[in-house]
Amino acid sequence: MTMNRETLINTIIAVAFVAVPVIAMGMNEPFIITLATKVAIFAMAGVGLNLVLGFGGLVSFGHAAFFGIGGYAAGILASHALNYEPIMESPFLIEGTTQMIVIWIVALVVSALVALAIAAITLRTSGVYFIMITLAFAQMIYYFAISWPAYGGEDGLSIYVRNGFPGINTLDPISFFALCAVMLGIVMLFSAVLIRSRFGLALQGARQNPQRMTAVGIAPFRIRLVAFVISAMITALAGALYADLNRFVSPTMLSWHMSGEIMIFVILGGVGRLFGPLAGAALYIILEHLLGSVWEFWQLPLGVLLLIVVLFARGGLVGVLAGERKHA
Amino acid sequence: MPDAILSLSNITKQFGSLLASDDVTLDLRKGEIHALIGPNGAGKSTLIKQIAGEIKSDSGDIHFDGQKINELDAVARSRMGLARTFQVSSLMPEFSVLQNVMLARQSVSGKVFRFFRPVLSDKSLVEPAMAQLERVGLADRAQMRAADISHGERRQLEMAVALALEPKAFLLDEPMAGMGPEGSKRLTGFLDGLRTQAPILLVEHDMDAVFALADRISVLVYGRIIATGTVDEIRGNEDVKRAYLGEEA
Repeated sequence: MTMNRETLINTIIAVAFVAVPVIAMGMNEPFIITLATKVAIFAMAGVGLNLVLGFGGLVSFGHAAFFGIGGYAAGILASHALNYEPIMESPFLIEGTTQMIVIWIVALVVSALVALAIAAITLRTSGVYFIMITLAFAQMIYYFAISWPAYGGEDGLSIYVRNGFPGINTLDPISFFALCAVMLGIVMLFSAVLIRSRFGLALQGARQNPQRMTAVGIAPFRIRLVAFVISAMITALAGALYADLNRFVSPTMLSWHMSGEIMIFVILGGVGRLFGPLAGAALYIILEHLLGSVWEFWQLPLGVLLLIVVLFARGGLVGVLAGERKHA
Repeated sequence: MPDAILSLSNITKQFGSLLASDDVTLDLRKGEIHALIGPNGAGKSTLIKQIAGEIKSDSGDIHFDGQKINELDAVARSRMGLARTFQVSSLMPEFSVLQNVMLARQSVSGKVFRFFRPVLSDKSLVEPAMAQLERVGLADRAQMRAADISHGERRQLEMAVALALEPKAFLLDEPMAGMGPEGSKRLTGFLDGLRTQAPILLVEHDMDAVFALADRISVLVYGRIIATGTVDEIRGNEDVKRAYLGEEA
């Protein structure tokens, strides 16, 4: 029964998520479309984190690193293209681009390589050490970005014109929203398929009981390594879209605040739930703009809400709405 | 020992000042049930952990299936065909009973990195997993969460997972623990038939089960094996009586 109810809740969330910007377009409220786009992008970053945090039980406090890598992939490639400066001339020519598809591929490849290196080290630890070391790696990349003057350092990097996608006018708010929403849909579908696969079974098994995994002859380390890389790639894709949404990328995208925010989306919405990140990101943005417009200390009630969720509603917003009973 | 599938020679393990394994030499032959008995704290579970590869011995050699396995980790030893059960049930609590067994089948199949096909519709996993559940009498619990079944059923599930690995040898750490007389009796009958599939190194406190099942018994006291022999030899052994059986009989 709860399963059916969760499906119903998920459907309502999905419909509302698409309907709100469409209505906003009719009412000529582009700002609301931008907010919905932000929800889509944050949700995507959360879907990435949820894979390791929710299904793998790995509390990564460094996912801003991948979000930022995606952002800088967009920023750096676009700035070279817009300034007609090749990235590299010898031994072979590499030029910038304003094509999102190329940017995404670069974001995916670079984030996968960085995630592989980070995971190979951090996954040898567990618990609070894992949290701290993922944080430390992300901060290293953050400080590197700040002190690297070629791409704006602390001031960040502007993307003067939003990057392009074949057949879509990305400058049109609703079109860009649609692109982000479709990408989110693809990523969520992929995530849903993944957790039901053999790999997903092993990943969830490694969370519940690594001793048992080892005893049946599956090394949790390799499973977690692959999950961490996939997770990072999804978050990097979101980062590339976020840079395009703002037409700006700065070290803020890499900071630990960002890691915390991505984690908040997942926890608010429901850890280990398919629609958790979307519900969480939507709730976060709604709170930020409803409360934030009337009270500058809007994060105080957000903190209280987070506390309530962690203490009393581990299933997050989706869990509460789906009427799940509390587990011991 | 030509027909020994598993052999330990001069295994030693020390924790601080406690000698948990003191020059242990032991073998498990094809087709036999070799029971390892001893008072609490004798180092039986520590020995099982060293055989399974969960902790490293300080010295000594372990051979399994014709190969020295000292340097292999627990994952590699499991994959070689050494299946262990735990004294305290160690399962995936949130998975269904069936999924617990499927995970073992997935390991045996060698295909873990498959990202798209849903496992629950994968007959090559579901069918052999169900077959093992039927063997241990848990088929009607297949869809229940492992956390929601009874203690005795969890013990059965531990067995089903070990069976699903199709091992060359079983390491069973107190499989009867907390099963009740009825359950112990049933499991005794089951293990009796199992020795022809693969030999069993059996750690057990239930003496009725041990005497009914064991082809040979080794008695471990303070990390040392004080006697190895048939049921009758062990029953008649004065050292064993003094050190161990005397306490109960």
